Amino acid sequence: MGFALFILLLLVAIGLLILTQAWPAMQEFGLSFLWTSSWNPVEGRESFGVLPIIYGTLVSAAIALLIAVPLGLGTALFLSENFIPLKIRTVLVFMVELLAAIPSVVYGLWGIFVLIPALRWFFDLFGIFFTGPSMLAASLVLSIMILPIITAISRDSLAALPPELRQGSYGLGATRWGTIFRVLVPAAISGIVGGVMLALGRAMGETMAVTMLIGNANTISLSLLDPSNTIASLLANQFAEARGIQVAALMYAAFVLVILTLIVNILADWIVRKLQAKY
Amino acid sequence: MVDTMPMTGTATDVVLRAKDCDMYYGSLKAVRDVSIDIPKNKITAFIGPSGCGKSTVLRCFNRLNDLIESFRLKGQMTYHGQDLYASDVDPVEVRRRIGILFQKPNPFPKSIYDNIAYGPRISGFKGDMDELVETSLRRAVLWDEVKDKLPESGFSLSGGQQQRLCIARTIAVQPEVLLMDEPCSALDPISTLKIEELMKELVQNYTIIIVTHNMEQATRVADYTGFYNAQVVEGAGGKVGYLAEFGETQKIFNDPTLEETKDYVTGRFG
Repeated sequence: MGFALFILLLLVAIGLLILTQAWPAMQEFGLSFLWTSSWNPVEGRESFGVLPIIYGTLVSAAIALLIAVPLGLGTALFLSENFIPLKIRTVLVFMVELLAAIPSVVYGLWGIFVLIPALRWFFDLFGIFFTGPSMLAASLVLSIMILPIITAISRDSLAALPPELRQGSYGLGATRWGTIFRVLVPAAISGIVGGVMLALGRAMGETMAVTMLIGNANTISLSLLDPSNTIASLLANQFAEARGIQVAALMYAAFVLVILTLIVNILADWIVRKLQAKY
Repeated sequence: MVDTMPMTGTATDVVLRAKDCDMYYGSLKAVRDVSIDIPKNKITAFIGPSGCGKSTVLRCFNRLNDLIESFRLKGQMTYHGQDLYASDVDPVEVRRRIGILFQKPNPFPKSIYDNIAYGPRISGFKGDMDELVETSLRRAVLWDEVKDKLPESGFSLSGGQQQRLCIARTIAVQPEVLLMDEPCSALDPISTLKIEELMKELVQNYTIIIVTHNMEQATRVADYTGFYNAQVVEGAGGKVGYLAEFGETQKIFNDPTLEETKDYVTGRFG
Protein backbone atom coordinates (compact mmCIF):
# COMPACT_ATOMS: atom_id res chain seq x y z
CA MET A 1 0.00 0.00 0.00
CA GLY A 2 2.71 2.44 1.04
CA PHE A 3 4.81 1.48 -1.93
CA ALA A 4 1.91 1.94 -4.32
CA LEU A 5 1.36 5.42 -2.93
CA PHE A 6 5.04 6.14 -3.34
CA ILE A 7 4.87 5.19 -7.02
CA LEU A 8 1.88 7.44 -7.46
CA LEU A 9 3.73 10.32 -5.81
CA LEU A 10 6.76 9.67 -7.99
CA LEU A 11 4.61 9.84 -11.09
CA VAL A 12 3.02 13.09 -9.97
CA ALA A 13 6.43 14.53 -9.13
CA ILE A 14 7.81 13.69 -12.57
CA GLY A 15 4.76 15.19 -14.22
CA LEU A 16 5.02 18.36 -12.15
CA LEU A 17 8.73 18.71 -12.87
CA ILE A 18 8.19 18.44 -16.61
CA LEU A 19 5.29 20.82 -16.42
CA THR A 20 7.17 23.52 -14.43
CA GLN A 21 10.21 23.27 -16.65
CA ALA A 22 8.05 23.46 -19.76
CA TRP A 23 6.01 26.37 -18.43
CA PRO A 24 8.08 29.22 -20.03
CA ALA A 25 7.74 27.60 -23.45
CA MET A 26 4.04 26.99 -22.94
CA GLN A 27 3.54 30.68 -22.17
CA GLU A 28 5.71 31.73 -25.10
CA PHE A 29 4.32 29.45 -27.82
CA GLY A 30 0.98 28.29 -26.48
CA LEU A 31 -0.83 25.49 -28.27
CA SER A 32 0.52 26.61 -31.66
CA PHE A 33 3.64 24.72 -30.56
CA LEU A 34 1.76 21.64 -31.64
CA TRP A 35 1.16 22.66 -35.25
CA THR A 36 4.12 24.81 -36.23
CA SER A 37 7.13 23.32 -37.92
CA SER A 38 10.12 25.56 -37.21
CA TRP A 39 12.75 24.49 -34.77
CA ASN A 40 15.21 27.35 -34.43
CA PRO A 41 17.33 27.48 -31.29
CA VAL A 42 19.52 30.43 -32.47
CA GLU A 43 19.60 33.05 -29.72
CA GLY A 44 17.40 36.02 -30.36
CA ARG A 45 15.49 34.25 -33.15
CA GLU A 46 14.12 31.28 -31.24
CA SER A 47 10.98 29.66 -32.52
CA PHE A 48 9.87 26.15 -31.75
CA GLY A 49 7.16 23.87 -33.07
CA VAL A 50 6.85 20.11 -32.99
CA LEU A 51 4.43 19.21 -35.75
CA PRO A 52 7.00 17.31 -37.88
CA ILE A 53 8.26 15.58 -34.78
CA ILE A 54 4.83 14.46 -33.64
CA TYR A 55 4.29 13.25 -37.20
CA GLY A 56 7.57 11.33 -37.11
CA THR A 57 6.76 9.81 -33.73
CA LEU A 58 3.32 8.62 -34.77
CA VAL A 59 4.30 7.43 -38.25
CA SER A 60 7.37 5.50 -37.14
CA ALA A 61 5.37 3.82 -34.39
CA ALA A 62 2.51 3.06 -36.77
CA ILE A 63 4.76 1.47 -39.39
CA ALA A 64 6.52 -0.54 -36.71
CA LEU A 65 3.14 -1.83 -35.52
CA LEU A 66 2.02 -2.57 -39.05
CA ILE A 67 4.98 -4.89 -39.48
CA ALA A 68 5.21 -6.28 -35.96
CA VAL A 69 1.54 -7.09 -35.30
CA PRO A 70 1.01 -9.73 -38.00
CA LEU A 71 4.51 -11.09 -37.50
CA GLY A 72 4.23 -11.13 -33.72
CA LEU A 73 0.75 -12.64 -33.66
CA GLY A 74 1.80 -15.25 -36.20
CA THR A 75 4.82 -16.14 -34.11
CA ALA A 76 2.67 -16.32 -30.99
CA LEU A 77 0.24 -18.71 -32.68
CA PHE A 78 3.07 -20.82 -34.02
CA LEU A 79 4.59 -21.05 -30.58
CA SER A 80 1.40 -21.68 -28.63
CA GLU A 81 -0.14 -24.36 -30.85
CA ASN A 82 1.39 -27.76 -31.49
CA PHE A 83 2.85 -27.07 -34.92
CA ILE A 84 6.29 -28.16 -33.78
CA PRO A 85 7.54 -30.40 -30.97
CA LEU A 86 7.47 -28.89 -27.53
CA LYS A 87 11.25 -28.99 -27.11
CA ILE A 88 11.91 -26.83 -30.14
CA ARG A 89 9.07 -24.52 -29.12
CA THR A 90 10.56 -23.90 -25.70
CA VAL A 91 13.87 -22.92 -27.27
CA LEU A 92 12.16 -20.59 -29.75
CA VAL A 93 10.10 -18.92 -27.02
CA PHE A 94 13.28 -18.30 -25.09
CA MET A 95 14.95 -16.81 -28.14
CA VAL A 96 12.05 -14.48 -28.88
CA GLU A 97 12.17 -13.27 -25.30
CA LEU A 98 15.90 -12.80 -25.68
CA LEU A 99 15.16 -10.27 -28.43
CA ALA A 100 13.71 -8.04 -25.73
CA ALA A 101 16.92 -8.21 -23.75
CA ILE A 102 19.16 -6.75 -26.46
CA PRO A 103 20.13 -3.19 -25.52
CA SER A 104 18.67 -0.43 -27.62
CA VAL A 105 22.07 0.90 -28.67
CA VAL A 106 23.00 -2.51 -30.06
CA TYR A 107 19.88 -2.43 -32.23
CA GLY A 108 21.02 1.02 -33.39
CA LEU A 109 24.46 -0.26 -34.32
CA TRP A 110 22.96 -3.25 -36.09
CA GLY A 111 20.78 -0.84 -38.02
CA ILE A 112 23.73 1.28 -39.07
CA PHE A 113 26.07 -1.55 -40.01
CA VAL A 114 23.71 -4.22 -41.29
CA LEU A 115 20.23 -2.96 -42.07
CA ILE A 116 21.11 0.31 -43.79
CA PRO A 117 23.73 -1.24 -46.11
CA ALA A 118 21.27 -4.01 -46.92
CA LEU A 119 18.50 -1.54 -47.69
CA ARG A 120 20.90 0.53 -49.80
CA TRP A 121 21.84 -2.54 -51.81
CA PHE A 122 18.16 -3.42 -52.22
CA PHE A 123 17.11 0.03 -53.44
CA ASP A 124 20.16 0.20 -55.74
CA LEU A 125 18.64 -2.73 -57.63
CA PHE A 126 15.78 -0.45 -58.62
CA GLY A 127 18.03 2.55 -59.19
CA ILE A 128 16.60 4.37 -56.19
CA PHE A 129 18.96 6.51 -54.15
CA PHE A 130 18.80 5.61 -50.47
CA THR A 131 20.50 8.00 -48.07
CA GLY A 132 20.66 5.67 -45.09
CA PRO A 133 19.25 7.15 -41.92
CA SER A 134 15.56 7.41 -42.60
CA MET A 135 12.04 6.76 -41.39
CA LEU A 136 12.15 3.33 -43.04
CA ALA A 137 15.34 2.20 -41.30
CA ALA A 138 14.12 3.44 -37.92
CA SER A 139 10.67 1.86 -38.31
CA LEU A 140 12.10 -1.51 -39.35
CA VAL A 141 14.38 -1.66 -36.34
CA LEU A 142 11.54 -0.45 -34.11
CA SER A 143 9.36 -3.26 -35.41
CA ILE A 144 11.99 -5.83 -34.44
CA MET A 145 12.30 -4.24 -31.03
CA ILE A 146 8.59 -4.40 -30.26
CA LEU A 147 8.14 -7.86 -31.78
CA PRO A 148 9.01 -9.73 -28.55
CA ILE A 149 6.49 -7.67 -26.57
CA ILE A 150 3.66 -8.54 -28.94
CA THR A 151 4.76 -12.16 -29.28
CA ALA A 152 5.29 -12.79 -25.59
CA ILE A 153 2.04 -11.22 -24.42
CA SER A 154 -0.06 -12.74 -27.21
CA ARG A 155 1.48 -16.15 -26.63
CA ASP A 156 0.84 -15.93 -22.91
CA SER A 157 -2.80 -15.01 -23.40
CA LEU A 158 -3.25 -17.78 -25.99
CA ALA A 159 -1.53 -20.32 -23.77
CA ALA A 160 -3.68 -19.25 -20.82
CA LEU A 161 -6.89 -20.20 -22.64
CA PRO A 162 -8.54 -23.24 -21.05
CA PRO A 163 -7.79 -26.42 -23.05
CA GLU A 164 -11.54 -27.09 -23.02
CA LEU A 165 -12.01 -24.33 -25.60
CA ARG A 166 -9.63 -26.01 -28.00
CA GLN A 167 -11.15 -29.45 -27.39
CA GLY A 168 -14.66 -28.04 -27.69
CA SER A 169 -13.90 -26.59 -31.06
CA TYR A 170 -12.10 -29.68 -32.37
CA GLY A 171 -14.90 -31.79 -30.93
CA LEU A 172 -17.37 -29.96 -33.17
CA GLY A 173 -15.34 -30.88 -36.20
CA ALA A 174 -13.37 -27.69 -36.58
CA THR A 175 -10.06 -27.70 -38.38
CA ARG A 176 -6.96 -26.37 -36.70
CA TRP A 177 -7.14 -23.04 -38.54
CA GLY A 178 -10.85 -22.72 -37.91
CA THR A 179 -10.19 -23.25 -34.23
CA ILE A 180 -7.36 -20.73 -34.19
CA PHE A 181 -9.10 -17.90 -35.99
CA ARG A 182 -12.67 -18.36 -34.83
CA VAL A 183 -12.21 -19.47 -31.25
CA LEU A 184 -8.71 -18.98 -29.88
CA VAL A 185 -7.82 -15.55 -31.25
CA PRO A 186 -11.23 -14.03 -30.40
CA ALA A 187 -11.01 -15.52 -26.91
CA ALA A 188 -7.54 -14.09 -26.34
CA ILE A 189 -8.19 -10.80 -28.09
CA SER A 190 -8.12 -8.60 -25.01
CA GLY A 191 -4.66 -9.87 -24.08
CA ILE A 192 -3.45 -9.52 -27.65
CA VAL A 193 -4.70 -5.95 -27.94
CA GLY A 194 -3.14 -5.15 -24.58
CA GLY A 195 0.20 -6.41 -25.85
CA VAL A 196 -0.09 -4.41 -29.05
CA MET A 197 -0.84 -1.24 -27.12
CA LEU A 198 2.08 -1.82 -24.80
CA ALA A 199 4.25 -2.24 -27.88
CA LEU A 200 2.87 0.98 -29.33
CA GLY A 201 3.82 2.84 -26.16
CA ARG A 202 7.29 1.38 -26.36
CA ALA A 203 7.63 2.30 -30.03
CA MET A 204 6.65 5.90 -29.39
CA GLY A 205 9.06 6.31 -26.52
CA GLU A 206 12.01 4.34 -27.91
CA THR A 207 15.03 6.63 -28.00
CA MET A 208 18.53 5.34 -28.65
CA ALA A 209 18.07 3.07 -31.65
CA VAL A 210 15.72 5.54 -33.30
CA THR A 211 18.06 8.47 -32.72
CA MET A 212 20.84 6.52 -34.42
CA LEU A 213 18.74 5.62 -37.44
CA ILE A 214 16.08 8.21 -38.15
CA GLY A 215 18.30 11.03 -39.40
CA ASN A 216 16.94 13.69 -37.02
CA ALA A 217 15.48 16.02 -39.62
CA ASN A 218 12.63 18.21 -38.41
CA THR A 219 10.70 18.05 -41.65
CA ILE A 220 7.59 16.28 -42.77
CA SER A 221 8.19 14.10 -45.79
CA LEU A 222 5.79 11.56 -47.15
CA SER A 223 8.65 9.45 -48.44
CA LEU A 224 9.71 6.81 -45.96
CA LEU A 225 13.20 6.96 -47.44
CA ASP A 226 13.73 10.49 -46.09
CA PRO A 227 15.08 11.29 -42.67
CA SER A 228 12.61 12.28 -39.99
CA ASN A 229 12.58 12.75 -36.24
CA THR A 230 10.72 11.63 -33.15
CA ILE A 231 10.13 13.41 -29.85
CA ALA A 232 12.32 10.99 -27.94
CA SER A 233 15.25 11.33 -30.31
CA LEU A 234 14.83 15.11 -30.47
CA LEU A 235 15.24 15.22 -26.70
CA ALA A 236 18.22 12.86 -26.76
CA ASN A 237 19.94 14.89 -29.45
CA GLN A 238 19.43 18.39 -28.14
CA PHE A 239 19.20 18.24 -24.42
CA ALA A 240 22.92 18.28 -23.68
CA GLU A 241 23.50 21.59 -25.47
CA ALA A 242 20.18 23.31 -24.87
CA ARG A 243 19.93 26.54 -22.93
CA GLY A 244 17.21 28.92 -21.80
CA ILE A 245 13.95 28.76 -23.71
CA GLN A 246 15.17 25.75 -25.74
CA VAL A 247 15.21 23.66 -22.56
CA ALA A 248 11.66 24.75 -21.91
CA ALA A 249 10.70 23.89 -25.50
CA LEU A 250 12.23 20.44 -25.14
CA MET A 251 10.37 19.96 -21.86
CA TYR A 252 7.20 21.00 -23.63
CA ALA A 253 7.93 18.35 -26.28
CA ALA A 254 8.53 15.81 -23.51
CA PHE A 255 5.20 16.76 -22.01
CA VAL A 256 3.54 16.18 -25.37
CA LEU A 257 5.12 12.73 -25.51
CA VAL A 258 3.88 11.89 -22.03
CA ILE A 259 0.38 12.97 -23.01
CA LEU A 260 0.54 10.92 -26.22
CA THR A 261 1.58 7.76 -24.38
CA LEU A 262 -1.05 8.44 -21.76
CA ILE A 263 -3.68 8.64 -24.48
CA VAL A 264 -2.44 5.36 -25.95
CA ASN A 265 -2.64 3.68 -22.56
CA ILE A 266 -6.11 4.98 -21.80
CA LEU A 267 -7.22 3.94 -25.26
CA ALA A 268 -5.73 0.49 -24.71
CA ASP A 269 -7.49 0.12 -21.40
CA TRP A 270 -10.76 1.20 -22.97
CA ILE A 271 -10.45 -1.20 -25.90
CA VAL A 272 -9.53 -4.11 -23.63
CA ARG A 273 -12.50 -3.39 -21.37
CA LYS A 274 -14.80 -3.08 -24.35
CA LEU A 275 -13.62 -6.41 -25.75
CA GLN A 276 -13.84 -8.15 -22.41
CA ALA A 277 -17.37 -6.91 -21.90
CA LYS A 278 -18.31 -8.27 -25.29
CA TYR A 279 -17.23 -11.81 -24.51
CA MET B 1 -28.75 -64.57 -21.23
CA VAL B 2 -26.48 -64.33 -24.22
CA ASP B 3 -29.01 -62.35 -26.24
CA THR B 4 -28.59 -59.41 -23.89
CA MET B 5 -25.23 -58.83 -25.47
CA PRO B 6 -25.60 -56.28 -28.27
CA MET B 7 -23.10 -57.98 -30.53
CA THR B 8 -25.66 -60.64 -31.32
CA GLY B 9 -27.91 -58.06 -32.98
CA THR B 10 -27.80 -57.41 -36.69
CA ALA B 11 -24.70 -55.68 -37.97
CA THR B 12 -26.50 -52.38 -38.58
CA ASP B 13 -27.33 -52.08 -34.92
CA VAL B 14 -23.69 -51.59 -34.03
CA VAL B 15 -22.56 -48.02 -34.52
CA LEU B 16 -19.12 -48.11 -32.97
CA ARG B 17 -16.94 -51.11 -32.43
CA ALA B 18 -13.60 -51.42 -30.71
CA LYS B 19 -11.61 -54.54 -31.30
CA ASP B 20 -8.61 -55.54 -29.20
CA CYS B 21 -7.66 -51.94 -28.54
CA ASP B 22 -4.60 -51.02 -26.51
CA MET B 23 -3.95 -47.37 -25.75
CA TYR B 24 -0.64 -45.80 -24.86
CA TYR B 25 0.58 -42.45 -23.62
CA GLY B 26 4.19 -42.48 -24.75
CA SER B 27 5.58 -45.81 -23.63
CA LEU B 28 3.02 -46.12 -20.87
CA LYS B 29 0.22 -48.54 -21.58
CA ALA B 30 -2.93 -46.91 -20.23
CA VAL B 31 -5.66 -49.26 -21.40
CA ARG B 32 -5.49 -52.83 -22.69
CA ASP B 33 -7.64 -55.26 -24.62
CA VAL B 34 -10.78 -53.22 -25.07
CA SER B 35 -13.34 -54.88 -27.29
CA ILE B 36 -16.82 -53.41 -27.23
CA ASP B 37 -19.82 -52.91 -29.50
CA ILE B 38 -21.87 -49.76 -29.04
CA PRO B 39 -25.51 -50.33 -30.02
CA LYS B 40 -27.44 -47.77 -32.01
CA ASN B 41 -29.96 -45.47 -30.33
CA LYS B 42 -29.07 -46.70 -26.89
CA ILE B 43 -27.31 -45.10 -23.96
CA THR B 44 -24.16 -46.92 -23.03
CA ALA B 45 -22.49 -45.99 -19.75
CA PHE B 46 -18.83 -46.46 -18.87
CA ILE B 47 -18.28 -46.80 -15.15
CA GLY B 48 -15.27 -47.68 -13.05
CA PRO B 49 -12.76 -46.27 -10.58
CA SER B 50 -10.60 -43.24 -11.43
CA GLY B 51 -7.71 -43.82 -13.80
CA CYS B 52 -9.12 -46.93 -15.41
CA GLY B 53 -9.21 -45.44 -18.89
CA LYS B 54 -12.94 -44.80 -19.40
CA SER B 55 -12.35 -41.29 -20.76
CA THR B 56 -9.40 -42.41 -22.83
CA VAL B 57 -11.54 -45.01 -24.57
CA LEU B 58 -14.35 -42.50 -25.02
CA ARG B 59 -12.09 -39.94 -26.63
CA CYS B 60 -10.69 -42.53 -28.98
CA PHE B 61 -14.10 -42.90 -30.59
CA ASN B 62 -13.93 -39.44 -32.14
CA ARG B 63 -10.16 -39.26 -32.41
CA LEU B 64 -9.87 -36.47 -29.90
CA ASN B 65 -6.82 -38.20 -28.47
CA ASP B 66 -5.07 -37.29 -31.72
CA LEU B 67 -4.49 -33.91 -30.10
CA ILE B 68 -2.23 -35.52 -27.52
CA GLU B 69 1.14 -35.87 -29.16
CA SER B 70 2.30 -38.94 -27.26
CA PHE B 71 -0.95 -40.88 -27.66
CA ARG B 72 -1.02 -44.13 -29.64
CA LEU B 73 -3.77 -46.61 -30.36
CA LYS B 74 -3.21 -50.25 -31.22
CA GLY B 75 -6.12 -52.27 -32.45
CA GLN B 76 -9.14 -51.42 -34.52
CA MET B 77 -11.98 -49.00 -34.04
CA THR B 78 -14.77 -48.94 -36.54
CA TYR B 79 -17.75 -46.71 -37.18
CA HIS B 80 -20.41 -48.51 -39.21
CA GLY B 81 -17.69 -50.93 -40.25
CA GLN B 82 -15.39 -48.17 -41.45
CA ASP B 83 -11.97 -48.10 -39.79
CA LEU B 84 -11.83 -44.80 -37.88
CA TYR B 85 -8.07 -44.71 -37.92
CA ALA B 86 -7.56 -45.57 -41.58
CA SER B 87 -5.11 -43.24 -43.26
CA ASP B 88 -7.73 -41.79 -45.60
CA VAL B 89 -10.13 -40.88 -42.79
CA ASP B 90 -10.25 -37.20 -41.93
CA PRO B 91 -10.46 -36.78 -38.14
CA VAL B 92 -12.33 -33.51 -38.67
CA GLU B 93 -15.07 -35.41 -40.46
CA VAL B 94 -15.12 -38.07 -37.73
CA ARG B 95 -15.68 -35.42 -35.06
CA ARG B 96 -18.56 -33.92 -37.02
CA ARG B 97 -20.38 -37.23 -36.93
CA ILE B 98 -19.35 -38.17 -33.42
CA GLY B 99 -19.81 -35.17 -31.15
CA ILE B 100 -18.45 -34.85 -27.66
CA LEU B 101 -19.52 -33.16 -24.45
CA PHE B 102 -17.06 -32.47 -21.67
CA GLN B 103 -17.03 -32.62 -17.92
CA LYS B 104 -16.89 -28.87 -17.47
CA PRO B 105 -19.31 -26.83 -19.58
CA ASN B 106 -17.09 -25.07 -22.11
CA PRO B 107 -19.10 -22.51 -24.07
CA PHE B 108 -17.04 -20.37 -26.42
CA PRO B 109 -16.58 -16.73 -25.46
CA LYS B 110 -19.26 -15.82 -27.97
CA SER B 111 -22.94 -15.02 -27.86
CA ILE B 112 -25.43 -17.81 -27.19
CA TYR B 113 -26.47 -17.68 -30.83
CA ASP B 114 -22.91 -17.83 -32.14
CA ASN B 115 -22.08 -20.70 -29.82
CA ILE B 116 -24.68 -22.78 -31.62
CA ALA B 117 -23.96 -21.38 -35.07
CA TYR B 118 -20.21 -21.98 -34.80
CA GLY B 119 -20.26 -25.69 -35.67
CA PRO B 120 -22.66 -25.45 -38.63
CA ARG B 121 -20.77 -22.43 -39.99
CA ILE B 122 -17.40 -24.17 -40.03
CA SER B 123 -18.88 -27.22 -41.67
CA GLY B 124 -20.36 -25.07 -44.40
CA PHE B 125 -24.04 -25.20 -43.45
CA LYS B 126 -26.13 -23.38 -46.00
CA GLY B 127 -29.63 -23.19 -44.71
CA ASP B 128 -31.72 -21.18 -42.34
CA MET B 129 -29.32 -20.63 -39.48
CA ASP B 130 -31.94 -19.03 -37.22
CA GLU B 131 -34.07 -22.08 -37.58
CA LEU B 132 -31.20 -24.46 -36.90
CA VAL B 133 -30.24 -22.51 -33.78
CA GLU B 134 -33.82 -22.65 -32.56
CA THR B 135 -34.27 -26.38 -33.19
CA SER B 136 -30.96 -27.18 -31.56
CA LEU B 137 -31.84 -25.13 -28.50
CA ARG B 138 -35.31 -26.66 -28.37
CA ARG B 139 -33.89 -30.16 -28.52
CA ALA B 140 -31.57 -29.30 -25.68
CA VAL B 141 -34.61 -27.96 -23.77
CA LEU B 142 -32.97 -24.60 -23.40
CA TRP B 143 -34.94 -22.52 -25.87
CA ASP B 144 -37.51 -21.13 -23.46
CA GLU B 145 -34.80 -20.01 -21.07
CA VAL B 146 -32.64 -18.21 -23.60
CA LYS B 147 -34.86 -17.17 -26.50
CA ASP B 148 -34.89 -13.56 -25.33
CA LYS B 149 -31.17 -13.27 -24.83
CA LEU B 150 -29.55 -14.97 -27.78
CA PRO B 151 -27.05 -12.12 -28.32
CA GLU B 152 -25.78 -12.37 -24.75
CA SER B 153 -22.57 -14.14 -23.86
CA GLY B 154 -22.71 -17.90 -23.30
CA PHE B 155 -21.04 -17.28 -19.96
CA SER B 156 -24.06 -15.38 -18.69
CA LEU B 157 -25.87 -18.71 -18.23
CA SER B 158 -25.79 -20.93 -15.14
CA GLY B 159 -23.62 -24.06 -15.11
CA GLY B 160 -26.48 -26.38 -15.99
CA GLN B 161 -27.68 -24.07 -18.75
CA GLN B 162 -24.15 -23.82 -20.09
CA GLN B 163 -23.94 -27.60 -20.27
CA ARG B 164 -27.25 -27.73 -22.15
CA LEU B 165 -25.91 -24.98 -24.41
CA CYS B 166 -22.95 -27.24 -25.13
CA ILE B 167 -25.35 -30.09 -25.91
CA ALA B 168 -27.28 -27.83 -28.26
CA ARG B 169 -24.02 -26.76 -29.86
CA THR B 170 -23.05 -30.38 -30.43
CA ILE B 171 -26.47 -31.30 -31.80
CA ALA B 172 -26.38 -28.38 -34.22
CA VAL B 173 -23.68 -30.13 -36.24
CA GLN B 174 -26.12 -33.05 -36.58
CA PRO B 175 -23.88 -35.84 -35.40
CA GLU B 176 -25.01 -39.43 -35.08
CA VAL B 177 -23.24 -40.21 -31.86
CA LEU B 178 -22.89 -38.15 -28.68
CA LEU B 179 -19.96 -38.89 -26.42
CA MET B 180 -20.38 -37.51 -22.92
CA ASP B 181 -17.43 -37.34 -20.59
CA GLU B 182 -18.88 -37.02 -17.07
CA PRO B 183 -21.27 -34.33 -18.27
CA CYS B 184 -22.92 -33.81 -14.89
CA SER B 185 -20.03 -33.98 -12.47
CA ALA B 186 -19.77 -30.19 -12.29
CA LEU B 187 -23.51 -29.65 -11.96
CA ASP B 188 -26.02 -29.47 -9.11
CA PRO B 189 -28.60 -32.30 -8.70
CA ILE B 190 -31.43 -30.42 -10.40
CA SER B 191 -29.35 -29.58 -13.47
CA THR B 192 -28.13 -33.16 -13.46
CA LEU B 193 -31.69 -34.47 -13.58
CA LYS B 194 -32.51 -32.11 -16.43
CA ILE B 195 -29.54 -33.36 -18.42
CA GLU B 196 -30.54 -36.95 -17.73
CA GLU B 197 -34.09 -36.34 -18.92
CA LEU B 198 -32.64 -34.69 -21.96
CA MET B 199 -30.45 -37.71 -22.65
CA LYS B 200 -33.48 -39.99 -22.59
CA GLU B 201 -35.13 -37.80 -25.19
CA LEU B 202 -32.07 -37.48 -27.35
CA VAL B 203 -31.45 -41.20 -27.46
CA GLN B 204 -34.37 -41.61 -29.84
CA ASN B 205 -32.26 -39.88 -32.48
CA TYR B 206 -28.74 -40.37 -31.26
CA THR B 207 -26.44 -43.01 -29.95
CA ILE B 208 -25.04 -41.91 -26.61
CA ILE B 209 -22.01 -43.04 -24.67
CA ILE B 210 -21.60 -41.55 -21.23
CA VAL B 211 -18.69 -41.80 -18.85
CA THR B 212 -19.84 -41.37 -15.28
CA HIS B 213 -18.56 -41.72 -11.76
CA ASN B 214 -22.07 -41.69 -10.46
CA MET B 215 -23.44 -45.23 -10.38
CA GLU B 216 -27.02 -44.12 -9.73
CA GLN B 217 -26.76 -42.08 -12.88
CA ALA B 218 -25.73 -45.13 -14.86
CA THR B 219 -28.68 -47.12 -13.50
CA ARG B 220 -31.05 -44.23 -14.21
CA VAL B 221 -30.11 -43.54 -17.80
CA ALA B 222 -28.07 -46.33 -19.35
CA ASP B 223 -29.37 -49.27 -21.35
CA TYR B 224 -25.95 -50.90 -21.35
CA THR B 225 -23.08 -50.51 -18.98
CA GLY B 226 -19.39 -51.25 -19.33
CA PHE B 227 -17.40 -51.65 -16.15
CA TYR B 228 -13.74 -50.67 -16.42
CA ASN B 229 -11.19 -51.60 -13.84
CA ALA B 230 -7.51 -50.92 -13.37
CA GLN B 231 -4.78 -53.30 -12.47
CA VAL B 232 -1.33 -52.54 -11.12
CA VAL B 233 1.39 -53.38 -13.57
CA GLU B 234 4.25 -55.39 -12.10
CA GLY B 235 7.48 -53.44 -12.10
CA ALA B 236 6.33 -50.45 -14.14
CA GLY B 237 4.71 -48.83 -11.11
CA GLY B 238 1.72 -47.69 -13.13
CA LYS B 239 -1.78 -48.97 -13.67
CA VAL B 240 -3.39 -50.28 -16.79
CA GLY B 241 -7.12 -50.06 -17.35
CA TYR B 242 -9.27 -52.69 -19.01
CA LEU B 243 -12.90 -53.34 -19.77
CA ALA B 244 -13.87 -55.87 -17.14
CA GLU B 245 -17.48 -56.52 -17.99
CA PHE B 246 -20.06 -55.23 -20.42
CA GLY B 247 -23.74 -55.93 -20.68
CA GLU B 248 -27.22 -54.69 -19.97
CA THR B 249 -27.27 -52.23 -17.13
CA GLN B 250 -29.75 -54.38 -15.23
CA LYS B 251 -27.44 -57.33 -15.32
CA ILE B 252 -24.26 -55.41 -14.49
CA PHE B 253 -25.83 -53.94 -11.39
CA ASN B 254 -27.95 -56.85 -10.19
CA ASP B 255 -26.26 -59.96 -11.38
CA PRO B 256 -22.70 -59.27 -12.52
CA THR B 257 -20.61 -62.16 -13.70
CA LEU B 258 -17.38 -61.01 -12.11
CA GLU B 259 -16.63 -60.58 -8.45
CA GLU B 260 -14.80 -57.28 -9.08
CA THR B 261 -17.85 -55.81 -10.81
CA LYS B 262 -20.00 -56.83 -7.92
CA ASP B 263 -17.59 -55.26 -5.45
CA TYR B 264 -17.60 -52.01 -7.37
CA VAL B 265 -21.34 -51.65 -7.97
CA THR B 266 -22.10 -52.48 -4.36
CA GLY B 267 -19.67 -49.80 -3.31
CA ARG B 268 -17.04 -52.03 -1.79
CA PHE B 269 -14.21 -50.17 -3.55
CA GLY B 270 -13.59 -47.33 -5.99
